[in-house]
Amino acid sequence: MPVPALALAIVAVAFFALPLVGLIWRAPWSNAWTYLTADTALVALRLSMVTSLCATALSIVFGVPLAWLLARVDFPGRGAVRALCLLSMVLPPVVGGVALFFALGRRGLVGQYLDQWFGITLPFTTAGVVVAQTFVAMPFLVITVEAALRQLDPRLEDASRTLGASRWYTFRRVTLPAIRPALTAGAVLAWARALGEFGATITFAGNFPGTTQTMPLAVYLSLETNPEEAIVLALLMIAISFTVLVGLRDRWFGAVGRPVQVAA
Amino acid sequence: MTLDARIGLRLGSLDLQVELTLHPGEVVALLGPNGAGKSTVLRCLAGLAPIDDGRISIDGAAVDDPATGAFVEPEDRPVGFVFQDYALFEHMSVIENVAFGLRARGTAKGEARERAGEWLERFGLTEYGTQRPGSLSGGQAQRVALARALAPNPRLLLLDEPLAALDVGTRAAVRRDLRQHLATFDGMRLVVTHDPVDAHALADRVVVLEAGRVVQTGTLAEVTARPRTRYVADLVGVNLVAGDVAEGVLTTPTGARVVIADALDGPALATIRPHSVLLGRGEATGSSARNTWHGAIVDIDRMGERVRVVIDGDLALTAEITAAALDDLQLRLGDRVHASVKATDIEVVPE
Repeated sequence: MPVPALALAIVAVAFFALPLVGLIWRAPWSNAWTYLTADTALVALRLSMVTSLCATALSIVFGVPLAWLLARVDFPGRGAVRALCLLSMVLPPVVGGVALFFALGRRGLVGQYLDQWFGITLPFTTAGVVVAQTFVAMPFLVITVEAALRQLDPRLEDASRTLGASRWYTFRRVTLPAIRPALTAGAVLAWARALGEFGATITFAGNFPGTTQTMPLAVYLSLETNPEEAIVLALLMIAISFTVLVGLRDRWFGAVGRPVQVAA
Repeated sequence: MTLDARIGLRLGSLDLQVELTLHPGEVVALLGPNGAGKSTVLRCLAGLAPIDDGRISIDGAAVDDPATGAFVEPEDRPVGFVFQDYALFEHMSVIENVAFGLRARGTAKGEARERAGEWLERFGLTEYGTQRPGSLSGGQAQRVALARALAPNPRLLLLDEPLAALDVGTRAAVRRDLRQHLATFDGMRLVVTHDPVDAHALADRVVVLEAGRVVQTGTLAEVTARPRTRYVADLVGVNLVAGDVAEGVLTTPTGARVVIADALDGPALATIRPHSVLLGRGEATGSSARNTWHGAIVDIDRMGERVRVVIDGDLALTAEITAAALDDLQLRLGDRVHASVKATDIEVVPE
């Protein structure tokens, strides 16, 4: 590796490491256990875990077919549809939350009918948190899986068909296993994005302890009332995410099949 | 078991208009240059590419007929496909690859594995059953692909350039192997290739495709004697001489001797390009060419400025000379001639 590139890389690593060191440096270690076992922290943590995993599951269920549609089906306006589905990656999350509110709120475009016909209300509920998280997280899974589908040798699926497999059997037994590393990577990215989601959640679902106050919201709130608690909660989130990312990296990303490529 | 195909398909710059009939138990080689549409023909027959017009029927039953809207999905056709580079499933073991077609058609897991195991045994692959395809050699991977395609018991087997992925060193052995295994399958076989040596080894009949059209069909010997186009003459219409090599000389079953420059022993196939064959009137008078055979002219085929002269004698051979040379030598049917070829102009591959 050339020396200038190495130096720049080290600066980049430091850039990511320093804020973490800052948090650890300012952490109130003597009171840490008290803050961690406080109700606010545990409730928020549990809510964050449940909602982010639900959002990841929804992202997989809807995102994989969407990626397949974008990668394999040639239809007019495909570029526009792709841009539309990836828009929430670049949209400020707060704007996304407001937009969700206009669409799915009780007086919203679709939300009024959800409310009138089915009695379903999404804003300011735990389900609303999941919707907001899915909205911002799914694109990460979609682009990763779409890239993998585009790289997949189409003859594998052809071979499966000529061996007597239906399209559905082929998708389950050939396509899905072949893109599994990318699917895992995409799911982890989506989960990480859902776990850290703040803006869309607070505008669409509000900030109610126990129902919509996830970890990022709890951290933000306590920054104003009790900065020490905020730091401890933030470190807990970081520890969980870090453990998952490190653990999955060795088990999935490198070892299985071709290296995972994430589309730019 | 017969295949009748009339294929009309426009795909990008390719305009495919092909008529093809396969008879029961026949092995046909589909030869042609790159981009001629050979692979596309296979894809149409397998149902991977629907045709625009025409009709494809297997044993009289239409599998693709745009006029009536009949279309049988690939998974419901009695067709096996061996892909170029084999397209094995890397996330499955070898035995799972072979069992795949049986499982996909609803055979129970245990029975599918058992029958796949029998296929592996037949193809000498038993010890590789639990391995991933990625760890196999080219020849082994080809056998897995063949076993996988044959396991669901197709009536028509399609092979797309089955030897193209192999290096020269293993090609001959795999070709021999493939011929043996193809011989055990009694359905129709269609092999796409661009190598006349492969066609000679594997097929009863060749169909030559150029720019989406069938330009010639017949046995390889017929095509060699009377090629109808430049491509057929240059790449398909070569003299293939089979025999046994010992001490630098290939001896044919009829006793003709061909001196070669390559060092190898045992059964081999020599390729003599017609334009490498020099002709002279009467008896040979001596030259640096190591090979000289005598015979009589049995056919003269003019193709513009080039003429193909078919000689029968010590060795049946086609020579290609210019029309001017033919006139100078005043060669006519029945004339006695000698044909000479330099040993270094002869390509030899083990068989």
